[in-house]
Amino acid sequence: MKRLLSLILVFGMICSFGALLSGCGYTYADLDLRAEYTKEFAGTTLNVYNWGEYISDGSDDSIDTIKEFEHITGIKVNYSTFDSNETMYSQIKNGGVSYDIIIPSDYMIERLINEDMLLKLDTKKITNLDLVDSKYKGLYFDPKDEYTVAYCVGMVGLIYNTKKVKEAPDSWHVLWDKKYKDDILMFNNPRDAFAIAQFMLDQDLNSTNKSDWDKAASLLKKQKKYLQSYVMDEVYGKMETGEAALAPYYAGDFLTMWENNDDLAFVYPKEGTNIFVDSVCIPKNTQNYEAAIMFINFLLEPDIALANAEYIGYASPNTAVVNNENYYYYGNKILYPEEADMPKTQYFHDIDKDIRNYYENLWIDVKLY
Amino acid sequence: MKNSALGRRIIACPYYVWAAIFIIVPLIMIVYYSVTNPSGNITLDNFLLLKKYGKAFLLSITYALISTIVTFFIAYPLSYAMTKLKMSSQRLILMMVIFPMWMNFLIRTYSWISILANTGIINSFLVSLGLEPLKLINTPGAIILGMVYDFLPYMVLPIYTAMSKIDRSLLEASDDLGCNGWQKLKKVIFPLTLPGVVSGITMVFVPSVSTFYISQKLGGNKTMLIGDAIEYLFNIGPDHYNVASTLSLVLMVLILISMAIMNRFTDETDEGVII
Repeated sequence: MKRLLSLILVFGMICSFGALLSGCGYTYADLDLRAEYTKEFAGTTLNVYNWGEYISDGSDDSIDTIKEFEHITGIKVNYSTFDSNETMYSQIKNGGVSYDIIIPSDYMIERLINEDMLLKLDTKKITNLDLVDSKYKGLYFDPKDEYTVAYCVGMVGLIYNTKKVKEAPDSWHVLWDKKYKDDILMFNNPRDAFAIAQFMLDQDLNSTNKSDWDKAASLLKKQKKYLQSYVMDEVYGKMETGEAALAPYYAGDFLTMWENNDDLAFVYPKEGTNIFVDSVCIPKNTQNYEAAIMFINFLLEPDIALANAEYIGYASPNTAVVNNENYYYYGNKILYPEEADMPKTQYFHDIDKDIRNYYENLWIDVKLY
Repeated sequence: MKNSALGRRIIACPYYVWAAIFIIVPLIMIVYYSVTNPSGNITLDNFLLLKKYGKAFLLSITYALISTIVTFFIAYPLSYAMTKLKMSSQRLILMMVIFPMWMNFLIRTYSWISILANTGIINSFLVSLGLEPLKLINTPGAIILGMVYDFLPYMVLPIYTAMSKIDRSLLEASDDLGCNGWQKLKKVIFPLTLPGVVSGITMVFVPSVSTFYISQKLGGNKTMLIGDAIEYLFNIGPDHYNVASTLSLVLMVLILISMAIMNRFTDETDEGVII
């Protein structure tokens, strides 16, 4: 009896394994490509280093960007991910691995350019460059568009639960409102948390004046008694279940939460907010420059950029995506606010080490308060 | 003889290598980092920063003491009651104490979040009865509960082992000599189980004083225990390794001191028993 049972179980396992394998079968999409892609670099390897969950991977019948690129060009893509700009930086700086494509955020690109760690792009070969919205060209970290091509754009805003917060808030001050004591969430990382306090104090996010940071820290200390908790990724669960009423977070992530709980609403506070741009660049120690240029051009392809924008859920700098009526977020007022509704924004810059250590230590004071 | 001594040495070799690489070297590195600054110069400035972290040390010690006391008062009566049961029931209860240890402690801590949350199991139940929800999560109580739950088995096992080794005839003798229940506990059972109690206390106090994950998840990241401070400093980058190492070193010394104090208790009682 036992033997029969185990036989049945083994059989069941084999079957489910087969089912799993067949689930992996990916059918290549019928892509409508603007540029021409040759197989001249077939057989070479391209090392791509990107944020986690930051490229369309074929799940839910989406386009698998990497597989499509490999299929079309014959280049083998070696894809790996990081979870913070700082991790990426230390890998590039000290790691033995050389990457051909990296997608860091604005302030980190500023640091990489200052430390001469990026290569200039051969923009003549990136024929799809005309698709990038002029708003995202000539940004502060790369004023001449020599090193980067914008990939994703995001802004921080205020998420609130309309069942718990009756009057629509318009200011960061609501995160300090004792009416919502124990219902407020806050960023659990110093830079983002300080940024909110700095907007309320009308400061420069990249202030080099230590007393500015002191003032922001004392504001954060005042907030602590009203907070439910400091969170990063836990914000999804806590906002979706209604565990908390208010949280600052990224617009693209709000849309994901909103799909699971439509009581949630979003606003860009009037004091202003942090904007970030993640851009594609090529590190200096690349081993496959030409293939990397080809990959950048490929990422700009309307079909590919559309798939990535829908998968990631952040705003796309690609006009072919934004103007596509079939785009899932077409005309979305949160990702793409109208010119008149556009909040005041500030970018993070690469802050010098002394100030960085200073506010990182102030954060401990806030936590110990 | 000589050969077997050599053989023993060879057998122990892998452990010596292991200890050298993974215990001695890291310890030396911690000591080195704790007395240098990020540019590698020797300095004792890191120790001046200890004042800033005083609150974190104090909180860690307080929470660890409370959870040690609570686990003791759960474990001691439980172990006593267990020894009164028949063997098969004892094994069953022991099994139930050990069973949670088979699950990853991160998962166990996460389960407490969904039990204690404002929209969690307990509060949904209260609300469905028409009662006011309680504030359970993100409180010191929740952190201590998490510690007690996670470390309870380390208290039960040594106390139970000591308890089950007590010679029944000693208890009978104390009855015959006219001890009442309280005297029997104070004069016979407790001294005999003291070694178990001491190792239980050490095994609960040491991990709880250095814990960091439980306080983050069940305390809403609002309380920074010393373990949390060390974790944060190591996470934000190499410039903070030095202070983090100093904190680790001080924590280690604190633990060593408390263990030395605890061990004195057992040594004395051992002598007492022998005498």
